[in-house]
Amino acid sequence: MNKSVYASPDQVSETKRHILTVLVDNEPGVLARVIGMFSGRGYNIDSLNVAEVSNDENISRITIVTHGTSEVVSQIEKQLLRIVPVHSVTNLDQEGSSVEAEVALIYIYISDTNKKKVYQLCDLYRARKIENENNTTVFEIAGASERVNRFIKEINEITKVEIVRSGPVAISSIQKNEEE
Amino acid sequence: MNNEITGAEIVLKSLAEQGVEVVFGYPGGAVLPIYDTLFKQNSIKHVLVRQEGGAIHAAEGYARSTGKTGVVLVTSGPGATNVVTGLTDAMMDSVPIVCITGQVPQHLIGSDAFQECDTTGITRPCTKHNYLVKDVNKLSSVFHEAFTIAQNGRPGPVLIDIPKDVQFASGTYEEKNKIIIPSHRLFEPSPDFEKNKIEEAVELISKAKKPIFYIGGGCINSGPKASKLVRQFINMVGSPVTMTLMGLGVVGSSDKNSLGMLGMHGMYEANMAMHECDVMINIGARFDDRVTGRLDAFSPNSKKIHIDIDESNINKTINVDVPIIGDVKQVVEKMIEVWKEKKFKIDDHALKLWWDKINKWKEVDCLNYNNEGKQIKPQYAVQRLYELTKNTKTFITTEVGQHQMWAAQFYKFEEPNRWLTSGGLGTMGYGFPAAIGAQVGHPDALVVDIAGDASILMNIQEMSTAVQYRLPVKIFILNNEYMGMVRQWQELLHGGRYSESYTDSLPDFVKLAESYKAVGLRAKTTDELDDVITQMIETKNTVIADIWVTKEENCFPMIQSGSAHNEMMLSKDQKQDKKSAEKGKILV
Repeated sequence: MNKSVYASPDQVSETKRHILTVLVDNEPGVLARVIGMFSGRGYNIDSLNVAEVSNDENISRITIVTHGTSEVVSQIEKQLLRIVPVHSVTNLDQEGSSVEAEVALIYIYISDTNKKKVYQLCDLYRARKIENENNTTVFEIAGASERVNRFIKEINEITKVEIVRSGPVAISSIQKNEEE
Repeated sequence: MNNEITGAEIVLKSLAEQGVEVVFGYPGGAVLPIYDTLFKQNSIKHVLVRQEGGAIHAAEGYARSTGKTGVVLVTSGPGATNVVTGLTDAMMDSVPIVCITGQVPQHLIGSDAFQECDTTGITRPCTKHNYLVKDVNKLSSVFHEAFTIAQNGRPGPVLIDIPKDVQFASGTYEEKNKIIIPSHRLFEPSPDFEKNKIEEAVELISKAKKPIFYIGGGCINSGPKASKLVRQFINMVGSPVTMTLMGLGVVGSSDKNSLGMLGMHGMYEANMAMHECDVMINIGARFDDRVTGRLDAFSPNSKKIHIDIDESNINKTINVDVPIIGDVKQVVEKMIEVWKEKKFKIDDHALKLWWDKINKWKEVDCLNYNNEGKQIKPQYAVQRLYELTKNTKTFITTEVGQHQMWAAQFYKFEEPNRWLTSGGLGTMGYGFPAAIGAQVGHPDALVVDIAGDASILMNIQEMSTAVQYRLPVKIFILNNEYMGMVRQWQELLHGGRYSESYTDSLPDFVKLAESYKAVGLRAKTTDELDDVITQMIETKNTVIADIWVTKEENCFPMIQSGSAHNEMMLSKDQKQDKKSAEKGKILV
């Protein structure tokens, strides 16, 4: 905490990774408002994911992975709520339990010498080969970031790769009543 | 369809339905259709400024002195970029503003067209919300939502960018009461929401031995009733109260409980009381860095209650024990109820000891200054201005710097909404246009801009506006030929190297006034001062009073950057200890 011009007192809690899920009206500029708040106030965005989740109500869900002390993250939540088109902000780390996943697409440089190893590793991680017109080896892996990290680390040891990752999305896994 | 009207007509109709009486603006290519419609009607008055920056400060002055929303109308490109400072100022000081900007027609957006800029992009961080309206049929609902958002919760500026083709297009108008704004877009505290917290807070106050109320601009934004309730509650408790720069007037200066302003140039007794209190009741203030001084030494032994309408202010810089989210008048009304209901009473004996201590601090007489000689001391000039205007309905605006602090220290405010100053952003050039806005809102009142010689030049072009609309605004310049506050910091922190803070070639302010067909007056010595002030008040015209004050006067008392409330500097002979001075130097 203590985003003041004056020296801050002792830090109160440790810096941790937090996943925030933000429901917003899907209107022009809403993403700029959200990320502008982060950059303008000096907060961190580790990854960001946006997609419309309800067509009829025109609502998008923004998933932001950030890190900071709980004081900083609580301030982030409150600052997000000040943004007019923001419906709600949920800190999934404080929700109790949640499920998270991300997708990575990996272009793998394959040769005769490494082919076997690559396919073995992909099998092990259940990375799926995506067929494409050029018949190149593009694999898709989905799952928790940790798992994707491990896969990337291991495949990197075998051959050269190019990677694109979606960043995690997450949802609370707590049982809810239907009428809510 | 028959009931279709043009976008420009929808704009004017929305403003009329919102009860707007006056718009501050400046025309240009991208707002010509709106100006054309304005020409054809009589219900809304337009005040033509001389630079868009003046329009938005005038709207701020109008809004803060009347409690209504200020409206600004400017063109695209430079018109829009010139209001950015004012929007930021209104954002920091929570002033309700609706700013209408023209935009190039939609088919030109993104083509780097003449006078095109990304207005919504530029103003996103300095507005509460902004819109680019692409569909003429949405124009009226956008306007009604914009006014609601500007006033709702913590007030602030809202900007509506309207492409020129939308102003020409035909569409239907929807009335205010037909617009439903989804609740998540507004702040709607339920009255009972914080009931437990309120009870906890009131009980804490009742057990206090050394309480202090710390009052901010939120009390003024909550309306005149809030100030009444706050005064009533403080009287019931019998507690001392101090106000921020933005909160001056909530409790009258002559009120027996008032310790005056706190903070960097606040009263010694107020800061000492903040440092030593055991229960602090923050109502509508935000622990700004000008108020807190060094955070790790801020009021170390107190339990803190914080009432704020903006949840993000809670625990932002100072951790509090009892946060209450809500509107001041609702919360304080409830507090009074609880206090009465539970028949709370504060420990009289302890309170008396507390007041005894405070009265000892008062004996320091922190505002004391050496008033010898014929040269006018700036403090004395403000004191005389107060004495000669106190029986008139007077609005005081200021620019930013030493004169602003002297005005806050030496002018006594008895009522809210009478004191208009740029607190959060600290915008030089604010005071004169703000005075114009206040005068437009209160044609019969006395409006005085206490200014510095440097600040006044930042929006001096508005002389032309003031004279055109016969606005008898008084500009009271404390002229020391320096950017006084910059010079003071250079003296205290930079070895007296007055880098670029002396203003050479100042205009002759008397002749300057005359060139605008206004009245120019000058006082060079104490003998002339009262006459000049009296003449200034009696002149039914715009006046510049050029008051020559001692050049190297410093504004004291002062908490230097990096110091704590109990480390106030009372004069320049009293040096800050070296270590905290070094630490403070890098701060603002």
